[in-house]
Amino acid sequence: MSNWALIIYCGLITYLTRFTMIALIKKEMFNDRIREILSFVPSAIFPAIIFPAIFINDAGLFQIQDNPKIIAAIIAVVIGIFSRSIIATIFSGLASYWFLIFVV
Amino acid sequence: MGSKLKIFLKGVIDVSPLMIPVVPFGLIFGVLAIDVGFSPLETIGMSLIVFGGASQIIILQLFSGGASSLVIISSVGAVNSRHLLYGAVMSEHLSDLRLIWKIIISYFLIDQGFARSNEYFKKNKDSNKYFHLIGGGVTCWIIWQITTFLGIVLGAIIPERLGLSFAIPLTFLALLINDFRKFINVVVIIVSGLVATLGFNIIPFKAYVIVAALIGLLSAIILTKIIKTNE
Repeated sequence: MSNWALIIYCGLITYLTRFTMIALIKKEMFNDRIREILSFVPSAIFPAIIFPAIFINDAGLFQIQDNPKIIAAIIAVVIGIFSRSIIATIFSGLASYWFLIFVV
Repeated sequence: MGSKLKIFLKGVIDVSPLMIPVVPFGLIFGVLAIDVGFSPLETIGMSLIVFGGASQIIILQLFSGGASSLVIISSVGAVNSRHLLYGAVMSEHLSDLRLIWKIIISYFLIDQGFARSNEYFKKNKDSNKYFHLIGGGVTCWIIWQITTFLGIVLGAIIPERLGLSFAIPLTFLALLINDFRKFINVVVIIVSGLVATLGFNIIPFKAYVIVAALIGLLSAIILTKIIKTNE
């Protein structure tokens, strides 16, 4: 599949989810239980992107030793929990990462 | 007409504080898209056609890992499935809306606009209230397109050793900060993360995002059930 076809399909699926949400879904379709479970979707899916990006190195191997991304991510989580700020979380993580690879 | 413009501008103002994190997000997207091998035109096209931060970043992540198109598209679908919950909340406010407006609004629908407009809808019953949602969406759209473009330009001068791709997990981490305080969410986060990491090389077709998300969701179903029966 060409890059453009990929982009268009991804755009279509994103658009269709949004349209479904606005035009097709009704409040009655979800009971409290389904709503409760759906509220866990971000917690279920984002770590699947976060963890490999931290623990798997460029060669595709699991790397726990000598990996500054782990420490930087932990600092970002701690800052995030206390600040509740998206910006502070991203920048504290990047700053610690740069500090670890360039200074330490 | 005056009232429509006023509500539109109210949407712009209400969503603006939430646009601050969108700026680095868009820049990072532009830089990384070039970095993983998309052309500048394709990168701009992606921001125009997809117009969704999480979807676009996951495309880059999986594309750079060599995932097939089918896996990328279904992972984008999985990432977007979190929006279905908003629908249950939003539909009651927009049920009277004409189909043509629903078609237009769907393109501009973003997390931040949803959050702000939902608060607005609870307090205002004006028949033109949906212009609030459009105001927020258009604001984000403009910022997203500009920062994508700047990211593409900056990408050519930012040295690779800065390791800016690390901004991807950090951005997603930042989207979860409110969940780190809740016990079940933390368990789900760890389960999903471990499955994705350990399955990274084992799960076929780079489908680790979908597999990990499903197992994470399953653990949420089981945990909430256990906690309820013990109460």
